[in-house]
Amino acid sequence: MTRRAEMPLRAALEVLRAERRTGDVVITSMGSAREWMAMGPLDPLDFVYVPSSMGEAPPLGLGIALAQPRRRVIACNGDGSMLMNLGSLATIASEDARNLVVVVFDNGIYEVTGAQPVPGPGVDFAAIAAACGIRSVHRFSDIDAWAIGAAAALDSPGPTVIVLDVAPVPGAVGPRSPGPTAVRGPAFAAALQRTEG
Amino acid sequence: MTSGALTGSQVASFLADAGVTHVVSLPDSTIGPWHAAIAAHPKLRLVRVCREGEAWAIAAGLHFGGAMPVVLIQCTGLFESGDSLRNVVHDWKLPIFSLIGYRSYLNQDTLPGDTCLVFTEPLMDAWKLDWMLVQDASQAGEMRAHYDRCRAAGVAGALVIAEGRA
Repeated sequence: MTRRAEMPLRAALEVLRAERRTGDVVITSMGSAREWMAMGPLDPLDFVYVPSSMGEAPPLGLGIALAQPRRRVIACNGDGSMLMNLGSLATIASEDARNLVVVVFDNGIYEVTGAQPVPGPGVDFAAIAAACGIRSVHRFSDIDAWAIGAAAALDSPGPTVIVLDVAPVPGAVGPRSPGPTAVRGPAFAAALQRTEG
Repeated sequence: MTSGALTGSQVASFLADAGVTHVVSLPDSTIGPWHAAIAAHPKLRLVRVCREGEAWAIAAGLHFGGAMPVVLIQCTGLFESGDSLRNVVHDWKLPIFSLIGYRSYLNQDTLPGDTCLVFTEPLMDAWKLDWMLVQDASQAGEMRAHYDRCRAAGVAGALVIAEGRA
């Protein structure tokens, strides 16, 4: 299968960072966590999901979104991770989490383990999300289109899934935890509950 | 509570009285019939998942956000969701409480030789969950005491609910 147009992962995340509003939670995992940490200081409402359980970033975001329904929660996920937990899209749709946005970074590979291809290259995550009942679904393959359309896509009536076709990062490695979970977990909870959404 | 098998209304009242806000669950033959009472309770929100691994992560998010979730799944779902449990309870050290249905404990007739009886208790211990076996609704006081003790200690506790049918 021919690969589609792709945008650089870092550039895609820079757009997201620019559109992120005060009070938004941003969950990053795997490659998105690695790049997000390299882009600058973390916000107290950034949840770098490292260490993680693969595929669980969207459910984690759903939990936060249900607990704090007035706060926008953005959960970043890879395509391999999404494949591991496709049913979570049905759960998210069922719970009708209006304030949850799942961003799927689709590069066709398991990047942090050495770029092995994911099963079923070319899986249409946007179509799957729509079929699961996700209210707003968007797909961008071009960085300029994503830069122009990001604000509107993120503001769509949720739950929302945004699929971004990104280029693999050659030689990429997995993210390192930015600190002890025993400190980061309570700090994140305190930030969430201090400024309850 | 009286003696006999737990009912949905008993479970819902137990959870609501304990301060639980969300019940994240996938049904089995015992748990499933409880869903209606849980969903109907004004102090509880039932969150239905597609696989049990989701349940632990959703509960983690709810906990971070200030809610008071429990996970309600069968032991087979415990087996399925080990990595998610490991991450939530041990990596992130979140005191997520759970109710785990213990398949075939009371009656093996429907699944003779059910290996759930072999693996459930060792796995509860392996995951270092502070668990208590519940065989009868008359144990309501003990259930609440166990829940309160786990909450006070900030540890992930569990009630392992003896089930009869698969």
